[in-house]
Amino acid sequence: MAVLLIAEHNNKELRPFTLNAATAASQIDSEVHAVLIGNNSAEASKQLSELPVIKKVLSIEAPHYENFTAENFAPVVVKLAENYSHIICSANTFGKNLMPRIAAHLDTSQVSDIIKVISSDTFVRPIYAGNAFATVKSNDAKKCVTIRPTSFDPCESSGGSAPIEKIDAAEEFSNTKFVKREEIKSDRPELGTARIVVSGGRGMQSGDNFKLITEVADKLGAAIGASRAAVDAGYISNDHQVGQTGKVVVPDLYIAVGISGAIQHLAGMKESKVIVAINKDGEAPIFSVADYGLEADLFEALPQFMEELNKLNTIQK
Amino acid sequence: MKILVAVKRVIDYNVQIRVKEDGTGVVTDNVKMSTNPPDDNAIEEAVKIKEAGKATEVVAITVGEEKAQETVRKALAVGADRGIHVKADGILEPLAVSKILQKIVEKEKPDLVFMGKQAIDDDCNQTGQMLSALLNWPQATFASKIDVKDKKLEVTREIDEGLETIEINVPAIVTCDLRLNEPRYASLPNIMKAKKKPIEEISASDLSIDTSPRVEQIKVEEPPKRKAGIKVANVAELVQKLKNEAKVI
Repeated sequence: MAVLLIAEHNNKELRPFTLNAATAASQIDSEVHAVLIGNNSAEASKQLSELPVIKKVLSIEAPHYENFTAENFAPVVVKLAENYSHIICSANTFGKNLMPRIAAHLDTSQVSDIIKVISSDTFVRPIYAGNAFATVKSNDAKKCVTIRPTSFDPCESSGGSAPIEKIDAAEEFSNTKFVKREEIKSDRPELGTARIVVSGGRGMQSGDNFKLITEVADKLGAAIGASRAAVDAGYISNDHQVGQTGKVVVPDLYIAVGISGAIQHLAGMKESKVIVAINKDGEAPIFSVADYGLEADLFEALPQFMEELNKLNTIQK
Repeated sequence: MKILVAVKRVIDYNVQIRVKEDGTGVVTDNVKMSTNPPDDNAIEEAVKIKEAGKATEVVAITVGEEKAQETVRKALAVGADRGIHVKADGILEPLAVSKILQKIVEKEKPDLVFMGKQAIDDDCNQTGQMLSALLNWPQATFASKIDVKDKKLEVTREIDEGLETIEINVPAIVTCDLRLNEPRYASLPNIMKAKKKPIEEISASDLSIDTSPRVEQIKVEEPPKRKAGIKVANVAELVQKLKNEAKVI
Protein backbone atom coordinates (compact mmCIF):
# COMPACT_ATOMS: atom_id res chain seq x y z
CA MET A 1 0.00 0.00 0.00
CA ALA A 2 1.09 3.53 -0.67
CA VAL A 3 2.02 6.25 1.79
CA LEU A 4 -0.21 9.30 2.23
CA LEU A 5 1.46 12.66 2.88
CA ILE A 6 -0.62 15.50 4.28
CA ALA A 7 0.56 18.69 2.57
CA GLU A 8 0.98 21.87 4.56
CA HIS A 9 0.20 25.07 2.68
CA ASN A 10 -1.39 28.50 3.02
CA ASN A 11 -4.01 27.93 0.29
CA LYS A 12 -1.82 29.80 -2.21
CA GLU A 13 1.38 27.83 -2.03
CA LEU A 14 3.00 24.90 -0.28
CA ARG A 15 4.69 25.60 3.02
CA PRO A 16 8.38 24.70 2.65
CA PHE A 17 8.42 21.80 5.14
CA THR A 18 6.03 19.84 2.94
CA LEU A 19 9.11 19.13 0.81
CA ASN A 20 11.01 17.72 3.77
CA ALA A 21 8.04 15.57 4.77
CA ALA A 22 7.79 14.32 1.18
CA THR A 23 11.40 13.16 1.39
CA ALA A 24 10.69 11.24 4.60
CA ALA A 25 7.57 9.71 3.03
CA SER A 26 9.57 8.57 0.00
CA GLN A 27 12.06 6.84 2.30
CA ILE A 28 9.22 4.76 3.74
CA ASP A 29 7.76 3.73 0.39
CA SER A 30 8.37 4.80 -3.20
CA GLU A 31 4.63 5.14 -3.84
CA VAL A 32 3.80 8.46 -2.19
CA HIS A 33 0.43 10.14 -2.62
CA ALA A 34 -0.29 13.53 -1.13
CA VAL A 35 -3.50 15.06 0.05
CA LEU A 36 -4.01 18.81 0.03
CA ILE A 37 -6.97 20.06 2.01
CA GLY A 38 -7.79 23.75 1.64
CA ASN A 39 -9.99 26.41 0.14
CA ASN A 40 -9.32 27.89 -3.31
CA SER A 41 -6.08 26.00 -3.11
CA ALA A 42 -5.72 24.78 -6.70
CA GLU A 43 -2.40 26.55 -7.17
CA ALA A 44 -0.93 24.83 -4.10
CA SER A 45 -2.22 21.47 -5.38
CA LYS A 46 -0.52 22.15 -8.70
CA GLN A 47 2.78 22.85 -6.93
CA LEU A 48 2.36 19.60 -5.03
CA SER A 49 1.82 17.69 -8.28
CA GLU A 50 5.17 19.00 -9.52
CA LEU A 51 7.17 17.33 -6.75
CA PRO A 52 8.76 14.36 -8.54
CA VAL A 53 8.42 12.08 -5.49
CA ILE A 54 4.62 12.49 -5.46
CA LYS A 55 2.78 9.95 -7.64
CA LYS A 56 -0.74 11.26 -7.10
CA VAL A 57 -2.35 14.33 -5.56
CA LEU A 58 -5.71 14.25 -3.82
CA SER A 59 -7.25 17.70 -3.67
CA ILE A 60 -10.09 18.53 -1.31
CA GLU A 61 -11.53 22.03 -1.24
CA ALA A 62 -14.27 23.64 0.82
CA PRO A 63 -14.71 26.94 2.66
CA HIS A 64 -14.43 25.22 6.04
CA TYR A 65 -10.91 24.03 5.14
CA GLU A 66 -9.65 27.60 4.79
CA ASN A 67 -8.06 27.70 8.24
CA PHE A 68 -6.64 24.20 8.69
CA THR A 69 -8.85 23.28 11.65
CA ALA A 70 -7.90 19.78 12.79
CA GLU A 71 -11.51 18.93 13.62
CA ASN A 72 -12.38 19.49 9.95
CA PHE A 73 -9.25 17.91 8.48
CA ALA A 74 -9.15 14.69 10.49
CA PRO A 75 -12.35 13.03 9.19
CA VAL A 76 -11.36 13.38 5.52
CA VAL A 77 -7.89 11.95 6.12
CA VAL A 78 -9.36 9.11 8.18
CA LYS A 79 -11.65 8.26 5.27
CA LEU A 80 -8.76 8.22 2.81
CA ALA A 81 -6.57 6.22 5.19
CA GLU A 82 -8.13 2.87 4.32
CA ASN A 83 -6.09 2.83 1.11
CA TYR A 84 -2.78 3.66 2.75
CA SER A 85 -0.23 2.00 5.00
CA HIS A 86 1.15 5.22 6.47
CA ILE A 87 -0.09 8.75 7.07
CA ILE A 88 2.78 11.25 7.17
CA CYS A 89 2.96 14.90 8.16
CA SER A 90 5.49 17.41 9.48
CA ALA A 91 5.88 17.66 13.25
CA ASN A 92 5.32 21.40 13.32
CA THR A 93 2.30 23.03 14.95
CA PHE A 94 0.12 22.09 11.95
CA GLY A 95 0.98 18.39 12.11
CA LYS A 96 1.21 18.21 15.88
CA ASN A 97 -2.31 19.56 16.13
CA LEU A 98 -3.75 17.34 13.43
CA MET A 99 -2.08 13.94 13.37
CA PRO A 100 -3.05 12.64 16.84
CA ARG A 101 -6.69 13.36 16.02
CA ILE A 102 -6.34 11.16 12.93
CA ALA A 103 -4.38 8.47 14.78
CA ALA A 104 -6.97 8.16 17.55
CA HIS A 105 -9.77 7.74 15.00
CA LEU A 106 -7.72 5.00 13.34
CA ASP A 107 -6.88 3.41 16.71
CA THR A 108 -3.20 3.82 15.93
CA SER A 109 -0.42 4.69 18.33
CA GLN A 110 1.27 7.63 16.63
CA VAL A 111 5.05 7.88 16.25
CA SER A 112 5.89 11.57 16.74
CA ASP A 113 8.73 13.68 15.43
CA ILE A 114 10.96 11.08 13.79
CA ILE A 115 14.45 12.07 12.70
CA LYS A 116 15.31 8.93 10.74
CA VAL A 117 13.56 6.19 8.79
CA ILE A 118 15.18 2.78 9.43
CA SER A 119 12.50 0.76 7.64
CA SER A 120 8.80 1.05 6.91
CA ASP A 121 7.95 0.26 10.54
CA THR A 122 11.07 1.36 12.43
CA PHE A 123 12.09 4.93 13.14
CA VAL A 124 14.42 6.98 15.33
CA ARG A 125 12.97 9.78 17.41
CA PRO A 126 14.40 12.07 20.05
CA ILE A 127 12.98 11.88 23.56
CA TYR A 128 13.72 13.91 26.70
CA ALA A 129 14.40 17.10 24.73
CA GLY A 130 16.84 15.29 22.48
CA ASN A 131 18.92 13.95 25.37
CA ALA A 132 18.19 10.42 24.17
CA PHE A 133 17.38 8.88 20.81
CA ALA A 134 14.85 6.04 20.81
CA THR A 135 14.61 3.50 18.02
CA VAL A 136 10.99 2.39 17.88
CA LYS A 137 9.03 -0.13 15.86
CA SER A 138 5.35 0.44 15.22
CA ASN A 139 3.24 -2.72 15.32
CA ASP A 140 0.02 -1.04 14.25
CA ALA A 141 -1.38 -2.10 10.89
CA LYS A 142 -1.71 1.53 9.85
CA LYS A 143 1.00 3.92 10.92
CA CYS A 144 0.68 7.60 11.73
CA VAL A 145 4.06 9.29 11.71
CA THR A 146 5.08 12.91 12.10
CA ILE A 147 8.54 13.86 10.91
CA ARG A 148 10.97 16.46 12.18
CA PRO A 149 11.36 18.53 9.01
CA THR A 150 14.88 19.74 9.68
CA SER A 151 16.12 16.14 9.84
CA PHE A 152 15.18 15.47 6.20
CA ASP A 153 16.35 17.35 3.12
CA PRO A 154 13.66 18.98 1.03
CA CYS A 155 12.75 17.01 -2.10
CA GLU A 156 13.04 18.38 -5.62
CA SER A 157 10.27 20.89 -6.19
CA SER A 158 9.86 20.65 -9.94
CA GLY A 159 9.82 18.22 -12.81
CA GLY A 160 6.96 16.03 -11.63
CA SER A 161 3.47 15.90 -13.09
CA ALA A 162 1.35 13.77 -10.81
CA PRO A 163 -2.36 13.53 -11.62
CA ILE A 164 -4.63 15.60 -9.39
CA GLU A 165 -7.77 13.86 -8.24
CA LYS A 166 -10.63 15.84 -6.70
CA ILE A 167 -12.13 14.35 -3.56
CA ASP A 168 -15.41 15.35 -1.94
CA ALA A 169 -15.31 17.41 1.21
CA ALA A 170 -16.68 16.12 4.50
CA GLU A 171 -19.14 17.93 6.73
CA GLU A 172 -18.09 20.91 8.76
CA PHE A 173 -17.34 20.47 12.47
CA SER A 174 -19.53 23.15 13.97
CA ASN A 175 -18.18 23.39 17.52
CA THR A 176 -14.86 25.00 16.55
CA LYS A 177 -14.72 28.40 14.88
CA PHE A 178 -11.68 30.15 13.54
CA VAL A 179 -11.52 33.77 14.71
CA LYS A 180 -8.22 35.21 13.52
CA ARG A 181 -4.57 34.59 12.87
CA GLU A 182 -1.88 37.09 13.73
CA GLU A 183 1.13 36.34 11.59
CA ILE A 184 4.22 38.38 12.02
CA LYS A 185 5.28 39.36 8.53
CA SER A 186 8.97 39.77 7.97
CA ASP A 187 11.33 40.07 5.04
CA ARG A 188 13.87 37.93 6.86
CA PRO A 189 14.29 34.24 6.11
CA GLU A 190 12.00 31.84 7.96
CA LEU A 191 13.44 30.65 11.23
CA GLY A 192 12.90 26.99 10.43
CA THR A 193 14.77 27.04 7.14
CA ALA A 194 17.28 29.90 7.50
CA ARG A 195 20.96 29.27 6.78
CA ILE A 196 21.97 31.50 9.67
CA VAL A 197 20.09 32.15 12.91
CA VAL A 198 20.98 34.84 15.43
CA SER A 199 19.24 34.27 18.76
CA GLY A 200 18.89 36.37 21.87
CA GLY A 201 18.13 35.31 25.42
CA ARG A 202 17.40 36.78 28.80
CA GLY A 203 20.77 38.53 28.65
CA MET A 204 19.31 40.97 26.12
CA GLN A 205 17.51 42.58 29.08
CA SER A 206 14.81 44.27 26.99
CA GLY A 207 12.89 44.13 23.75
CA ASP A 208 14.58 47.35 22.63
CA ASN A 209 17.98 45.74 22.95
CA PHE A 210 16.92 43.09 20.44
CA LYS A 211 17.72 45.70 17.78
CA LEU A 212 21.37 44.74 18.33
CA ILE A 213 20.40 41.21 17.23
CA THR A 214 18.30 42.55 14.36
CA GLU A 215 21.21 44.56 12.94
CA VAL A 216 23.51 41.55 12.92
CA ALA A 217 20.78 39.33 11.48
CA ASP A 218 20.10 41.80 8.67
CA LYS A 219 23.78 42.06 7.89
CA LEU A 220 24.08 38.27 7.66
CA GLY A 221 20.72 37.64 5.99
CA ALA A 222 19.80 35.61 9.06
CA ALA A 223 16.59 34.71 10.86
CA ILE A 224 16.05 35.82 14.44
CA GLY A 225 15.60 33.30 17.22
CA ALA A 226 15.07 33.57 20.95
CA SER A 227 15.16 31.50 24.10
CA ARG A 228 11.95 30.85 25.99
CA ALA A 229 13.14 33.23 28.71
CA ALA A 230 13.29 36.08 26.18
CA VAL A 231 9.83 35.29 24.82
CA ASP A 232 8.32 34.91 28.31
CA ALA A 233 9.82 38.27 29.27
CA GLY A 234 8.03 39.82 26.30
CA TYR A 235 11.22 40.86 24.47
CA ILE A 236 10.04 39.16 21.26
CA SER A 237 7.03 37.21 19.94
CA ASN A 238 6.51 33.46 20.40
CA ASP A 239 7.12 32.54 16.77
CA HIS A 240 10.84 33.17 17.38
CA GLN A 241 11.21 30.63 20.17
CA VAL A 242 13.79 27.91 19.65
CA GLY A 243 13.74 24.85 21.88
CA GLN A 244 11.92 21.77 23.13
CA THR A 245 8.53 23.47 23.10
CA GLY A 246 9.35 25.93 20.32
CA LYS A 247 11.01 25.39 16.97
CA VAL A 248 13.86 23.08 16.12
CA VAL A 249 16.44 24.70 13.86
CA VAL A 250 19.47 23.25 12.10
CA PRO A 251 21.17 26.20 10.39
CA ASP A 252 24.74 26.27 9.08
CA LEU A 253 25.46 28.91 11.71
CA TYR A 254 23.65 29.51 15.01
CA ILE A 255 24.75 32.51 17.05
CA ALA A 256 23.44 32.41 20.64
CA VAL A 257 23.69 35.77 22.38
CA GLY A 258 22.98 36.17 26.07
CA ILE A 259 21.52 32.66 26.20
CA SER A 260 22.65 30.51 29.12
CA GLY A 261 21.81 27.24 27.35
CA ALA A 262 19.16 25.39 29.36
CA ILE A 263 18.69 21.85 28.03
CA GLN A 264 15.27 22.88 26.74
CA HIS A 265 16.92 25.49 24.50
CA LEU A 266 19.75 23.19 23.42
CA ALA A 267 17.07 20.72 22.27
CA GLY A 268 16.10 23.16 19.55
CA MET A 269 19.52 24.12 18.17
CA LYS A 270 22.30 21.73 19.11
CA GLU A 271 22.27 19.97 15.72
CA SER A 272 23.27 23.25 14.04
CA LYS A 273 26.44 22.86 11.98
CA VAL A 274 28.40 25.68 13.61
CA ILE A 275 27.41 27.17 16.95
CA VAL A 276 28.68 30.46 18.35
CA ALA A 277 27.99 31.49 21.94
CA ILE A 278 28.42 35.01 23.23
CA ASN A 279 27.89 35.21 26.97
CA LYS A 280 29.55 37.02 29.84
CA ASP A 281 29.24 34.00 32.12
CA GLY A 282 32.11 31.73 31.15
CA GLU A 283 30.45 28.82 32.97
CA ALA A 284 27.18 29.05 30.99
CA PRO A 285 26.15 25.62 29.63
CA ILE A 286 25.78 27.08 26.13
CA PHE A 287 29.58 26.97 25.85
CA SER A 288 29.48 23.16 26.12
CA VAL A 289 27.86 22.93 22.67
CA ALA A 290 29.56 25.96 21.08
CA ASP A 291 32.22 25.55 18.40
CA TYR A 292 33.30 29.13 19.08
CA GLY A 293 32.70 30.65 22.46
CA LEU A 294 33.23 34.30 23.26
CA GLU A 295 33.14 35.25 26.91
CA ALA A 296 32.14 38.89 26.70
CA ASP A 297 29.50 41.45 27.53
CA LEU A 298 27.08 41.26 24.62
CA PHE A 299 26.46 45.00 24.71
CA GLU A 300 30.11 45.51 23.77
CA ALA A 301 30.49 42.40 21.63
CA LEU A 302 27.51 42.91 19.30
CA PRO A 303 28.51 46.44 18.13
CA GLN A 304 32.06 45.17 17.63
CA PHE A 305 30.67 42.20 15.71
CA MET A 306 28.86 44.63 13.38
CA GLU A 307 32.08 46.62 12.90
CA GLU A 308 34.04 43.49 12.01
CA LEU A 309 31.32 42.33 9.61
CA ASN A 310 31.35 45.75 7.95
CA LYS A 311 35.08 45.33 7.34
CA LEU A 312 34.56 42.14 5.35
CA ASN A 313 34.58 42.48 1.58
CA THR A 314 31.95 39.85 1.06
CA ILE A 315 29.41 38.05 3.19
CA GLN A 316 27.85 34.79 2.04
CA LYS A 317 24.11 34.99 1.69
CA MET B 1 -18.73 24.35 34.98
CA LYS B 2 -16.53 21.43 35.95
CA ILE B 3 -12.91 21.15 34.83
CA LEU B 4 -10.93 17.94 34.71
CA VAL B 5 -7.16 18.45 34.57
CA ALA B 6 -4.79 15.65 33.60
CA VAL B 7 -1.29 15.70 35.08
CA LYS B 8 1.70 13.45 34.45
CA ARG B 9 4.69 12.59 36.61
CA VAL B 10 7.95 13.01 34.72
CA ILE B 11 11.66 13.41 35.41
CA ASP B 12 12.15 16.96 36.70
CA TYR B 13 13.01 19.40 33.93
CA ASN B 14 16.27 20.37 35.61
CA VAL B 15 17.66 16.83 35.76
CA GLN B 16 20.42 15.95 33.34
CA ILE B 17 19.06 12.88 31.54
CA ARG B 18 21.30 9.81 31.51
CA VAL B 19 20.77 6.91 29.14
CA LYS B 20 20.99 3.42 30.66
CA GLU B 21 24.03 1.48 29.53
CA ASP B 22 21.95 -1.48 28.40
CA GLY B 23 19.99 0.74 26.00
CA THR B 24 16.60 -0.01 27.57
CA GLY B 25 15.74 3.53 28.54
CA VAL B 26 16.90 6.40 30.69
CA VAL B 27 17.94 6.29 34.35
CA THR B 28 14.96 7.00 36.62
CA ASP B 29 16.22 5.49 39.89
CA ASN B 30 16.98 8.13 42.51
CA VAL B 31 16.13 10.86 40.04
CA LYS B 32 13.99 13.82 41.06
CA MET B 33 10.48 13.55 39.62
CA SER B 34 7.96 16.39 39.23
CA THR B 35 4.74 17.28 37.53
CA ASN B 36 5.15 17.76 33.78
CA PRO B 37 5.68 21.57 33.55
CA PRO B 38 2.81 22.55 31.20
CA ASP B 39 0.47 20.39 33.31
CA ASP B 40 1.19 22.84 36.14
CA ASN B 41 -0.06 25.59 33.82
CA ALA B 42 -3.18 23.54 33.13
CA ILE B 43 -3.94 23.21 36.86
CA GLU B 44 -3.20 26.89 37.46
CA GLU B 45 -5.58 27.96 34.70
CA ALA B 46 -8.38 25.73 35.97
CA VAL B 47 -7.95 27.06 39.51
CA LYS B 48 -7.93 30.66 38.25
CA ILE B 49 -11.16 30.05 36.33
CA LYS B 50 -12.73 28.64 39.49
CA GLU B 51 -11.48 31.59 41.55
CA ALA B 52 -13.06 33.91 38.99
CA GLY B 53 -16.39 32.22 39.73
CA LYS B 54 -16.63 30.59 36.31
CA ALA B 55 -16.09 27.00 37.41
CA THR B 56 -17.54 25.06 40.28
CA GLU B 57 -15.10 22.20 40.61
CA VAL B 58 -11.56 21.32 39.55
CA VAL B 59 -10.69 17.63 39.49
CA ALA B 60 -7.08 16.54 38.99
CA ILE B 61 -6.38 13.17 37.41
CA THR B 62 -3.26 11.18 36.73
CA VAL B 63 -2.70 7.81 35.11
CA GLY B 64 0.30 5.82 36.20
CA GLU B 65 2.17 3.93 38.86
CA GLU B 66 1.71 4.28 42.63
CA LYS B 67 4.00 7.30 42.96
CA ALA B 68 2.22 9.22 40.20
CA GLN B 69 -0.29 10.14 42.92
CA GLU B 70 2.21 12.78 44.11
CA THR B 71 1.27 14.90 41.09
CA VAL B 72 -2.41 14.78 42.02
CA ARG B 73 -1.56 15.67 45.63
CA LYS B 74 0.42 18.66 44.36
CA ALA B 75 -2.54 19.77 42.23
CA LEU B 76 -4.76 19.56 45.31
CA ALA B 77 -2.27 21.73 47.19
CA VAL B 78 -2.58 24.52 44.61
CA GLY B 79 -6.36 24.51 44.49
CA ALA B 80 -7.86 21.42 42.84
CA ASP B 81 -10.84 20.14 44.83
CA ARG B 82 -10.37 16.42 44.53
CA GLY B 83 -8.27 13.87 42.72
CA ILE B 84 -8.46 10.69 40.69
CA HIS B 85 -5.59 8.26 40.32
CA VAL B 86 -5.95 5.61 37.65
CA LYS B 87 -3.34 3.04 38.59
CA ALA B 88 -1.44 1.44 35.76
CA ASP B 89 2.07 0.07 35.52
CA GLY B 90 4.51 -0.12 32.67
CA ILE B 91 4.75 1.99 29.55
CA LEU B 92 1.52 3.81 28.72
CA GLU B 93 1.28 5.31 25.26
CA PRO B 94 -0.76 8.49 24.70
CA LEU B 95 -3.43 6.44 22.90
CA ALA B 96 -3.90 4.23 25.97
CA VAL B 97 -3.96 7.24 28.30
CA SER B 98 -6.53 9.00 26.14
CA LYS B 99 -8.75 5.90 26.18
CA ILE B 100 -8.54 5.81 29.97
CA LEU B 101 -9.31 9.53 30.16
CA GLN B 102 -12.26 8.99 27.84
CA LYS B 103 -13.75 6.49 30.32
CA ILE B 104 -13.24 8.92 33.18
CA VAL B 105 -14.77 11.79 31.18
CA GLU B 106 -17.84 9.66 30.46
CA LYS B 107 -18.22 9.07 34.20
CA GLU B 108 -17.31 12.52 35.51
CA LYS B 109 -18.92 14.53 32.71
CA PRO B 110 -16.66 17.58 32.92
CA ASP B 111 -17.30 20.59 30.69
CA LEU B 112 -13.62 21.10 30.06
CA VAL B 113 -10.53 18.94 30.10
CA PHE B 114 -7.18 20.69 30.44
CA MET B 115 -3.68 19.25 30.21
CA GLY B 116 -0.18 20.26 29.17
CA LYS B 117 0.46 20.41 25.43
CA GLN B 118 3.32 17.95 25.63
CA ALA B 119 5.05 15.80 28.23
CA ILE B 120 8.74 16.54 28.52
CA ASP B 121 9.69 12.86 28.82
CA ASP B 122 8.42 11.22 25.64
CA ASP B 123 7.79 14.57 23.87
CA CYS B 124 4.84 12.98 22.05
CA ASN B 125 2.35 15.87 22.05
CA GLN B 126 -0.64 13.60 21.41
CA THR B 127 -2.88 12.90 24.40
CA GLY B 128 -5.14 15.97 24.31
CA GLN B 129 -5.76 15.72 20.59
CA MET B 130 -6.44 11.98 20.84
CA LEU B 131 -8.89 12.46 23.69
CA SER B 132 -10.70 15.15 21.65
CA ALA B 133 -10.95 12.74 18.75
CA LEU B 134 -12.32 9.92 20.88
CA LEU B 135 -14.94 12.22 22.40
CA ASN B 136 -15.53 14.13 19.15
CA TRP B 137 -15.01 17.36 21.11
CA PRO B 138 -13.34 20.55 19.90
CA GLN B 139 -9.64 20.88 20.65
CA ALA B 140 -7.69 24.03 21.43
CA THR B 141 -4.06 23.02 21.45
CA PHE B 142 -0.99 25.04 22.54
CA ALA B 143 -3.13 27.59 24.38
CA SER B 144 -1.44 30.75 25.62
CA LYS B 145 -4.64 32.60 26.54
CA ILE B 146 -8.12 31.39 27.51
CA ASP B 147 -11.23 33.53 27.85
CA VAL B 148 -14.23 31.76 29.32
CA LYS B 149 -17.47 33.10 27.84
CA ASP B 150 -20.55 31.33 29.08
CA LYS B 151 -20.66 28.06 27.14
CA LYS B 152 -17.79 29.04 24.90
CA LEU B 153 -14.07 29.56 25.19
CA GLU B 154 -11.99 31.94 23.16
CA VAL B 155 -8.50 30.50 23.02
CA THR B 156 -5.30 32.00 21.64
CA ARG B 157 -3.02 29.29 20.30
CA GLU B 158 0.69 29.51 19.68
CA ILE B 159 1.42 28.36 16.14
CA ASP B 160 4.60 28.44 14.06
CA GLU B 161 3.50 31.54 12.18
CA GLY B 162 2.47 33.51 15.28
CA LEU B 163 -0.84 33.41 17.12
CA GLU B 164 -4.22 32.00 16.19
CA THR B 165 -7.51 32.63 17.96
CA ILE B 166 -10.35 30.14 17.87
CA GLU B 167 -13.71 29.90 19.56
CA ILE B 168 -14.83 26.52 20.82
CA ASN B 169 -18.07 25.33 22.34
CA VAL B 170 -17.95 23.34 25.55
CA PRO B 171 -17.46 20.51 26.21
CA ALA B 172 -13.91 20.89 24.93
CA ILE B 173 -10.27 19.98 25.40
CA VAL B 174 -7.53 22.55 25.91
CA THR B 175 -3.83 21.74 25.88
CA CYS B 176 -1.75 24.36 27.61
CA ASP B 177 1.44 26.14 26.67
CA LEU B 178 3.98 27.25 29.27
CA ARG B 179 3.09 30.86 28.52
CA LEU B 180 -0.54 30.48 29.57
CA ASN B 181 0.12 31.65 33.11
CA GLU B 182 2.57 31.60 36.00
CA PRO B 183 1.84 28.53 38.17
CA ARG B 184 1.66 29.35 41.87
CA TYR B 185 3.60 27.61 44.58
CA ALA B 186 1.75 25.61 47.19
CA SER B 187 1.81 27.21 50.62
CA LEU B 188 2.51 25.02 53.63
CA PRO B 189 -1.03 25.34 55.05
CA ASN B 190 -2.44 24.40 51.64
CA ILE B 191 -0.11 21.40 51.42
CA MET B 192 -1.45 20.27 54.82
CA LYS B 193 -5.05 20.86 53.73
CA ALA B 194 -4.46 18.95 50.50
CA LYS B 195 -3.66 15.84 52.52
CA LYS B 196 -7.31 15.73 53.59
CA LYS B 197 -8.73 16.16 50.11
CA PRO B 198 -10.03 12.92 48.59
CA ILE B 199 -8.22 10.99 45.86
CA GLU B 200 -10.25 8.25 44.25
CA GLU B 201 -8.19 5.26 43.18
CA ILE B 202 -9.23 3.30 40.13
CA SER B 203 -7.39 0.36 38.63
CA ALA B 204 -6.82 0.70 34.88
CA SER B 205 -7.48 -3.02 34.53
CA ASP B 206 -11.06 -2.45 35.77
CA LEU B 207 -11.77 -0.11 32.86
CA SER B 208 -11.55 -2.92 30.28
CA ILE B 209 -9.15 -1.06 28.01
CA ASP B 210 -6.22 -2.71 26.30
CA THR B 211 -3.28 -0.51 27.32
CA SER B 212 -0.52 -2.73 25.95
CA PRO B 213 2.04 -0.76 23.90
CA ARG B 214 1.70 -0.78 20.13
CA VAL B 215 5.08 0.78 19.58
CA GLU B 216 8.06 -1.33 20.61
CA GLN B 217 11.04 0.45 22.00
CA ILE B 218 13.98 -1.28 20.38
CA LYS B 219 16.76 0.74 21.96
CA VAL B 220 17.52 4.04 23.58
CA GLU B 221 20.90 5.59 23.06
CA GLU B 222 22.77 8.78 23.66
CA PRO B 223 22.69 11.30 20.86
CA PRO B 224 26.00 11.87 19.08
CA LYS B 225 28.20 14.22 21.08
CA ARG B 226 29.43 17.48 19.60
CA LYS B 227 33.18 17.77 19.50
CA ALA B 228 34.56 20.26 21.94
CA GLY B 229 34.81 23.80 20.65
CA ILE B 230 37.22 26.58 21.46
CA LYS B 231 37.01 29.91 23.20
CA VAL B 232 38.05 32.89 21.13
CA ALA B 233 39.78 35.89 22.69
CA ASN B 234 37.82 38.65 21.00
CA VAL B 235 35.26 39.55 18.34
CA ALA B 236 37.88 40.02 15.61
CA GLU B 237 39.12 36.47 16.11
CA LEU B 238 35.54 35.17 16.12
CA VAL B 239 34.72 36.80 12.79
CA GLN B 240 38.01 35.65 11.28
CA LYS B 241 37.30 32.03 12.38
CA LEU B 242 33.74 32.14 11.00
CA LYS B 243 35.01 33.51 7.69
CA ASN B 244 38.16 31.49 7.14
CA GLU B 245 37.91 28.35 9.28
CA ALA B 246 34.20 27.48 9.46
CA LYS B 247 33.52 29.32 6.17
CA VAL B 248 29.93 30.11 7.13
CA ILE B 249 29.82 33.87 6.58
